[in-house]
Amino acid sequence: MPFAHAVGGTRYTFPDLRTLLARATPLRSGDQLAGLAAATAAERVAAQRALADLPLRHFLSEAVIPYEADEVTRLILDRHDPAAFAPIAHLTVGGLRDWLLAEADTATLAALRPGLTPEMVAAVSKLCRLQDLVAIAAKCQVTSRFRNTLGLAGTLSTRLQPNDPVDDPRGVAAAILDGLLLGAGDACIGINPATDNVDATCRLLDLLDGVIQRFEIPTQSCVLAHVTTSLLAIQRGAPVDLVFQSIGGTEATNTSFGVSLALLREAQDAALSLKRGENVMYFETGQGSALSAEAHHGVDQQTIEARAYAVAREFQPLLVNSVVGFIGPEYLYDGKQITRAGLEDHFCGKLLGLPMGVDVCYTNHAEADQDDMDGLMTLLGVAGVTYIMGVPGADDVMLAYQSTSFHDALYLRAALNKRPAPEFERWLERMGLDAASRAGTLPLAPALAGLR
Amino acid sequence: MNDVPARWLDLRRHTSARVALGRAGNGLPTAAHLDFQAAHARARDAVWSALDLDRLEADCAPLGLPIHRVASQAEDRRQYLLRPDLGRRLRETDAHRLARSPTPGAFLIVVADGLCAEGIQHGAPGLLAALIPALNAQRMAPGPIILAQQARVALGDEIGEAMQAAMVVVLIGERPGLSATDSIGAYLTWGPRLGRRDAERNCLSNIRPGGLSPAEAAAKLAWLMQAAMARGGSGVALKDAAPTLGLASDRAPPPALAQGDAP
Repeated sequence: MPFAHAVGGTRYTFPDLRTLLARATPLRSGDQLAGLAAATAAERVAAQRALADLPLRHFLSEAVIPYEADEVTRLILDRHDPAAFAPIAHLTVGGLRDWLLAEADTATLAALRPGLTPEMVAAVSKLCRLQDLVAIAAKCQVTSRFRNTLGLAGTLSTRLQPNDPVDDPRGVAAAILDGLLLGAGDACIGINPATDNVDATCRLLDLLDGVIQRFEIPTQSCVLAHVTTSLLAIQRGAPVDLVFQSIGGTEATNTSFGVSLALLREAQDAALSLKRGENVMYFETGQGSALSAEAHHGVDQQTIEARAYAVAREFQPLLVNSVVGFIGPEYLYDGKQITRAGLEDHFCGKLLGLPMGVDVCYTNHAEADQDDMDGLMTLLGVAGVTYIMGVPGADDVMLAYQSTSFHDALYLRAALNKRPAPEFERWLERMGLDAASRAGTLPLAPALAGLR
Repeated sequence: MNDVPARWLDLRRHTSARVALGRAGNGLPTAAHLDFQAAHARARDAVWSALDLDRLEADCAPLGLPIHRVASQAEDRRQYLLRPDLGRRLRETDAHRLARSPTPGAFLIVVADGLCAEGIQHGAPGLLAALIPALNAQRMAPGPIILAQQARVALGDEIGEAMQAAMVVVLIGERPGLSATDSIGAYLTWGPRLGRRDAERNCLSNIRPGGLSPAEAAAKLAWLMQAAMARGGSGVALKDAAPTLGLASDRAPPPALAQGDAP
């Protein structure tokens, strides 16, 4: 079914829903690279107007990727709950934006989640300015639990990311102690391993588990290896709290990551069988991954990103975050594009019911710097982001990119009157860490983390 | 935990990460903040630096191999960053020129600027000086050296195909980080031709002063090339044979880099 709208005397037509969504998307390099972006600013607004007039019901009858061709589409449509959708079933996409801004509150948004599809949420985000993305997301509350509770009102958590270029246990331990001293680590202590194999993963898991037990930290660990590596680690009896996986919004993207819905289900079952906690999955996503894997089916990168959240919510994760500025300038060129994408990802994830964090970050070949990150992180803080990353000095010495620092989270909590997860906050107080870091001392015995 | 507390600063002994920076309120102390800014400035300048081809060719001349110069279809740095597809394709005139001087069955070495010319400019001649004797010792005499501008790893596929090479090794500038702006990656592809995927390559990364030395890198590369020749293939099969050597992949959650955009 073609869509059309006129702007300034020119009539623009869009042959199908995926094209309409792509043309309505605010400018970003990845959609230009894919040849999907609107050719002119006027065409973009025409698409946005046509999209605003589209009834939400239409999303249930036209899939952007065919049902028969893609298991993510099947998941989205099979899980759609008409009863939850009923309160907004009469609305258009533009009407949904107004309703979200004016009518919706925290309780109605929570009840609405199973009635929303990723494509509906992506569509309404394309009509939103940054302040709308912030204001609406701030109404959402999503909590998840492992050894502590994440996402409570007024909290802001951090993943402590102690990566080391060669997985040196001393380097990892030093970064962990540094982060704990600066109040980081309530979302998890999560390492990207330099080498993805089961031996290295088990060694790092033992290290993390030892630190958490010896200092009695109410948090959880994760080694961000491939899901198949984590399954092997579980079989070996390693202390696996969270199973990690990168995921995308199409079946073919997930195939390129070496995963399927069935494999993710197997991993969730295996982690639950250890009875260590209730939300056991950790997912990362990012706009551009599908195009990078040549698996985008002519769908714009932001809509595909939202579809990845349908995959994530199927597995009741503890943590989900977009790695927004990591994918590279060919997908998000500069600070402006990264900022918008980070807020879109958080907005879409929260509306769909995910405990959504963001890796506020950039690479050195993107047109971005620390000022851009300060802006995005502050906007996300106001929007109620569940967690951000904590990296020593914002400089990840293994992945060679810049994320947020332990200091950044301290700033954000102070500026917005946010607190860590309550269990973790009590632990920080008991250990006297804030005063210690101001005094330059370290009340966590380094020997207990394996340092001498 | 009953004695005098340890000093925060002592953590620096264990890592090159930016630990124990201190606090100015909740912010970074000025010196630490400006250290970071300086490192980022170096990395930014490195991304936008250009290869001095005359100098590189002069530095490679003593190796005694024929040298060709080529460029990708990316016209400048900005386009190179925005259009990785263009960085993977030769300019038509270069493709035709290479096709007119084929070297069937050769082991080609491509020296490419990638995301940072600095490491290639200073490090490639030394790496080649170590690699070429190592290959000669294994009776794998290398073919011509191709100097490539605005190049992605996959440009080596079209170069190798045009010249009918058996194998291509692309030495390429890696994306600069805050701690290193002079790192070289080496990507080996057996049977280079347009459309090869990154899973069909093997890579060595972090070749630089303070990382993998030219001698170590040359030895590992020569081993990999020998193994690729013996198996008639590169990529996953070789990774299994030498588990300490990587595939062409990067971030553990690898959305971008494993999928074809390693530099």
